[in-house]
Amino acid sequence: MRKLLAILALGVIVLSLGAVAGAQDDMVEIEYWQYNFGARVDAMNMLIEQFEAENPGIKVVHNSDIPYADFRTELAASAPAGVGPDVVTLFYGWIPAFVDAGYLVPLPEDPFSEEFILETFSPMVANSKFEGSYWAIPTAVRSLALFWNKDIFEAAGLDPESPPATLDDVVEMALATTVYDGDMQDVLSITQQGHAPALASQDHHWFREVLIRQYGGAPYSDDGRTVTYNSEEGCAAFSWLAAFETEHVTGSNDILDGATNAFVNGESAIHVDGSFRVGTIARNNPDLNYGVAELPVGPNGEQHTFGSYWTHGITRRANDDPARLEAAVKFLQFITTPEAGTLWVNNVGELPAQLSAASDEMILADPILGPFSAGLAYSHATFFVDESAQRQVLIDAFDNIRLGGMDPCEALDEAAALEQELIDNFWADRE
Amino acid sequence: MQRKHTRKSSSFHMTLARKKIVWAYIFLAIPIVFFAYIRIYPTFFAFQMSLHDYNPLAAEQPFVGFENYEKVYEELSKRKSTTKAAFRNTISYVALGVPIQLFLALAIALMLNEIRFMSTLYRILFFLPFVTSTIAIAWVFRMLYQPRFGLFNIILQLLSLPQQPFLTRPQQALPSVLALVIWQGMGFAVIIFLAGLKQIPRTYYEAAEVDGASRWHTFRFITLPLLNPSIVYLLVLQTISFLRMFAPVIAMTEQGRGGPLDSTVTVVLQTYREAFQSFNMGYASSLTVVLFAMILGVTIIQLSVTSRRIN
Repeated sequence: MRKLLAILALGVIVLSLGAVAGAQDDMVEIEYWQYNFGARVDAMNMLIEQFEAENPGIKVVHNSDIPYADFRTELAASAPAGVGPDVVTLFYGWIPAFVDAGYLVPLPEDPFSEEFILETFSPMVANSKFEGSYWAIPTAVRSLALFWNKDIFEAAGLDPESPPATLDDVVEMALATTVYDGDMQDVLSITQQGHAPALASQDHHWFREVLIRQYGGAPYSDDGRTVTYNSEEGCAAFSWLAAFETEHVTGSNDILDGATNAFVNGESAIHVDGSFRVGTIARNNPDLNYGVAELPVGPNGEQHTFGSYWTHGITRRANDDPARLEAAVKFLQFITTPEAGTLWVNNVGELPAQLSAASDEMILADPILGPFSAGLAYSHATFFVDESAQRQVLIDAFDNIRLGGMDPCEALDEAAALEQELIDNFWADRE
Repeated sequence: MQRKHTRKSSSFHMTLARKKIVWAYIFLAIPIVFFAYIRIYPTFFAFQMSLHDYNPLAAEQPFVGFENYEKVYEELSKRKSTTKAAFRNTISYVALGVPIQLFLALAIALMLNEIRFMSTLYRILFFLPFVTSTIAIAWVFRMLYQPRFGLFNIILQLLSLPQQPFLTRPQQALPSVLALVIWQGMGFAVIIFLAGLKQIPRTYYEAAEVDGASRWHTFRFITLPLLNPSIVYLLVLQTISFLRMFAPVIAMTEQGRGGPLDSTVTVVLQTYREAFQSFNMGYASSLTVVLFAMILGVTIIQLSVTSRRIN
């Protein structure tokens, strides 16, 4: 019994000492969360170290242990428990859903005024403006470009230094580089792909923001509330994309471990992907002899690309405590400077979100980063209300064509109706 | 004096016995409290969530009555919807999976019951998949099913048979997933059947032999009726497990979506996606309540139909 009392007494002393120590310093502790991606975690650790050196009163706890697939699940589990991040990094397409839930608070006018954002950041960042406020701001942005395998080009008798410049070139070169096993020219006989359409990776973006526009159509109305891709132009663009599998038979996402892996493993000639794939190739197949070019121009001669970004917002939790809010704003400001963008491009390979850093001559001259950087000037970011559901709609439309033999226009009509319903539901809940 | 002493000692014994009981209850209370908090409370909480527009990220969860259930009904009445596909597939998994699995397991158990040489080894081989991680097995099967380079297609090629797309086509995806689940869960059913077979007294068979009964008659009128408790037990348990199917589908389909074209999605997978990808936790909860009602209904029907006493 005496022993127990002694332990209790000791516990009380330790606790009270802790309280005194806590009261003595004015350290503000904020939590920052992002999903686990090696290069991003390292880059953010460097930024946090610099930030803490400059702001000795603030401590940033970096939680980056959550895998991508579980990231939203963990946020959803943390919120009702009253824990979680003060500053969180989200895919820009998730922002409306998080705003809708009241999870994020608007960025303060000072220092993030609209004028400042429009002037200094890449135009696609304006996409985070939603219901009159900015809710998030990125360190870096990405765009889509065309990857081609120089060895495959050479073996097929094509010039390894001349990537496809037009959509017609893509078809022609894909046909020239596809190799079949035996005489059967069907998908399951392909041993080397010319081009494999993969809606589940980046091709739904390519279709939505690039191909439709190049065929003279538009994916959505200007306010983003009406789906307009089920037009004659949209159907022509979708048919062009589907033909790689159904007509030209140059590849499929079903074989060779998926279109992306096929390219990374050197089994595919032409592939459309984001700047983040550069890192994947460097890690998994550093010897791949490939090049990157701006996306090919379309029938109307126009250039477009899809831009996207992971972006940082301030949560309701930070907003509850003035000291933490102030620290969160300071931190957000620090990680979105041109200098932070430069650190990011050097470590992660994503382009700085601030134009002054993105148009750096070093970047533009870089044979790999240059084409992505050039694309920033003509990039579009889709306004998603539910990114995964909207992506699923186009994946299903594409599968209906290639697996169900549906007419592309009909498949697109069905997709448009489903996506319109998603968009309408989102706005109906807000009004 | 003598009497008093006896009473005292007996009351002493009573308290010791009672003490033991009290302690047993105290120790049992811990898992019961745990169970109530981890299993029962969330079950009731799911009922409650299903009546709210429950977004876990939001500060408030407004009450909406039966709106979520109305949405389930609406989705099911549509010509095409993922929720509808999820229910249809789940019913297919049960309707195909349970009979095939039990039939195969019974056949294997009958054969294992006959053999003596290396019987333990065979039993281990059939039971091994059941104690292996489902996710690991699912990923291995995903590779085996690969077009061209997967083992199954290599075997087909060696036999000069046409290549099969397996998981990549809507017509073949569900049977491909089902084959794995049947195989993986079969070992458990085999063990239960073997235990049931051991319970049947040999004298019955000897009597049947004396009467000149054929093998089929012996099976039909002795083995099968006396195995009834095992069959009922497995029928209920395996039906529930097929109704709750989740892990193999999320591991075997592209990006865990239950495709292609919703051909493999299950109610539980759809619940998970609604809850944690679209944050419609209220709607997801109403799906689980519907599934709960289905499981309860099927179990009650199966128990009342199949558990009649056999003479």
